[in-house]
Amino acid sequence: MIIDNISRIADIITRHQESILNDWLHEQLVALSARQDLISESNLRLQSTELLSLFVPACNTGSLSDITQPEWAFVLDFLNKISSSRAILGFSPSETATFIFSLKQPLFDCLRQELNSDAEVLVDELWIATVLLDKLGLYTTEVFQKSREEIIRRQQRDMLELSTPVVKLWDGILAVPLIGTLDSIRTQVVMETLLQSIVDTGSHIAILDITGVPIVDTMIAQNLLKTVAAARLMGSECIICGIRPQIAQTMVHLGVAFGDVVTKATLSDALAYAFRRINRAVIQQVAHD
Amino acid sequence: MSVSSKVLPMRTEEDLMIVRQTVKAWMIEQEFSLLEQTKLVTAISEIGRNALVYGGGGSALLEQLLENCRVGIRVTIEDQGPGIADIEQALQDAYSTGNGLGFGLSGAKRLVMDFDICSKPGQGTRIKMTVWN
Amino acid sequence: MNPIPLFHIGDFLLVSIPEDLSDSMVTRLQDSLSRKVIKLQIKGVLLDLSSVTIVDSFIGRMLGNMASITAMLGAEAIIVGIQPAIAITMIELGLGLNNIKTALNVDQGVIMLQILAADKAIDYVSKQ
Ligand SMILES: Nc1ncnc2c1ncn2[C@@H]1O[C@H](COP(=O)(O)OP(=O)(O)OP(=O)(O)O)[C@@H](O)[C@H]1O
Ligand SMILES: [Mg+2]
Repeated sequence: MIIDNISRIADIITRHQESILNDWLHEQLVALSARQDLISESNLRLQSTELLSLFVPACNTGSLSDITQPEWAFVLDFLNKISSSRAILGFSPSETATFIFSLKQPLFDCLRQELNSDAEVLVDELWIATVLLDKLGLYTTEVFQKSREEIIRRQQRDMLELSTPVVKLWDGILAVPLIGTLDSIRTQVVMETLLQSIVDTGSHIAILDITGVPIVDTMIAQNLLKTVAAARLMGSECIICGIRPQIAQTMVHLGVAFGDVVTKATLSDALAYAFRRINRAVIQQVAHD
Repeated sequence: MSVSSKVLPMRTEEDLMIVRQTVKAWMIEQEFSLLEQTKLVTAISEIGRNALVYGGGGSALLEQLLENCRVGIRVTIEDQGPGIADIEQALQDAYSTGNGLGFGLSGAKRLVMDFDICSKPGQGTRIKMTVWN
Repeated sequence: MNPIPLFHIGDFLLVSIPEDLSDSMVTRLQDSLSRKVIKLQIKGVLLDLSSVTIVDSFIGRMLGNMASITAMLGAEAIIVGIQPAIAITMIELGLGLNNIKTALNVDQGVIMLQILAADKAIDYVSKQ
């Protein structure tokens, strides 16, 4: 078995750099032939050249069997950049992994050429190269996966912002009708959107209508209370309406109290309260006929 | 992984302001939301002031992080002061040995995504706070 | 560093708190504020935080102190212009400032002070 530090892979790559690069590029272009809109050949060449220039020193100084060693940091950094940029550009996971896996063929060809006199060494080196490239390839897919998750997370957040309508009911009175399940990210978005609207409109009263919220647990209740407290600091009064009977019961069971927060059964009760607070009244006109 | 880093002194109130401003500038550059900026800078203010008041001053290590497409910022504030004997107690709301409200440590912990405290009597205190965008 | 400016409007005092406060600025402000309230017979103080970018527990405590001192000297104190990000952060920190009056902006703060001053005057007359 060849010990890492006498592996000839680095040496062989250095001596055959030009031909490996060309073959590798060719392999990549074939694999990505349908996706030439995503990346140009010159760009691909730049990326491949850079990877080789980082790969050789890492092979020379680091362990070939453990890419978590610090010597591999530059290679991993670079692969991280490539994979995340491909995730954004819309590459598929296998198209992303192609970058590394298509290096196998050209590298194996060179090894075979150089080491054909010693079958045992050749087998060992091929094995080392396979395991190494597999690890690097898996790393690119892992990064790709995480990057996609990140992109989805952002898109979800953007959607949440759109799905939190703050409506102006009257001059100085805002309302947010909340519909659907509230998780911690969504309550955070609701909180920020509502508070910003309060500043933008100079409203005295904000009504949080939770009629359409099926479940209120302790965490959600606490977030609602924080919103009320933050609104108060800003000089505005936030009231909560639409607490359904079952929700009121569970909240009492959970030991959640809305304390001195004003709560109303329905949106119309809340609106009536808000009118009183800003010294307005709704009067019935006497019909003149 | 850390993309770039910077060590700043934390010996005076002016040092604390410089650390706050440096982190704020980084966060604006990395497009953190105003709320995230405010939260981290406030946490730094609490932990930095504790390092000044109780720890007799120290230093702040600021790092810009990059991991799977996500940028982050980590601030590590350390001092060589007396350390904290009972961390759990110090982390309780309204616990203070000084004349504070005692919301500094507990509040800072609530304000950041990742809060790591390491302190032993006689060996100083090191607090690491990380946020991700 | 320059002292924090105090504007005198009628019976009221407007304090415009700068973006990033140093601790010593806060301490000096507390001092000059209490002297002015007495000297100018101020009825109400507006602490305008609209350009402030951070309120930590130290500044929060000072705000509380200033409001208490002002009240002790017979004037009303109102904090105005706290921005959403600051408000959320203060709540998370545990700084609800529950016994301090707040208003959205300087205009609404002035109206509030006028109402409070009128209520006091009525109180005073009715006790006579
Ligand atoms: N760097 C430190 N070195 C030694 N002790 C510390 C340090 N930081 C905090 N402590 C201890 O932990 C206690 C709680 O800290 P915390 O910041 O929560 O409250 P505080 O500083 O007393 O008041 P506040 O921050 O609300 O003004 C302090 O009173 C102090 O005893
Ligand atoms: Mg403190």
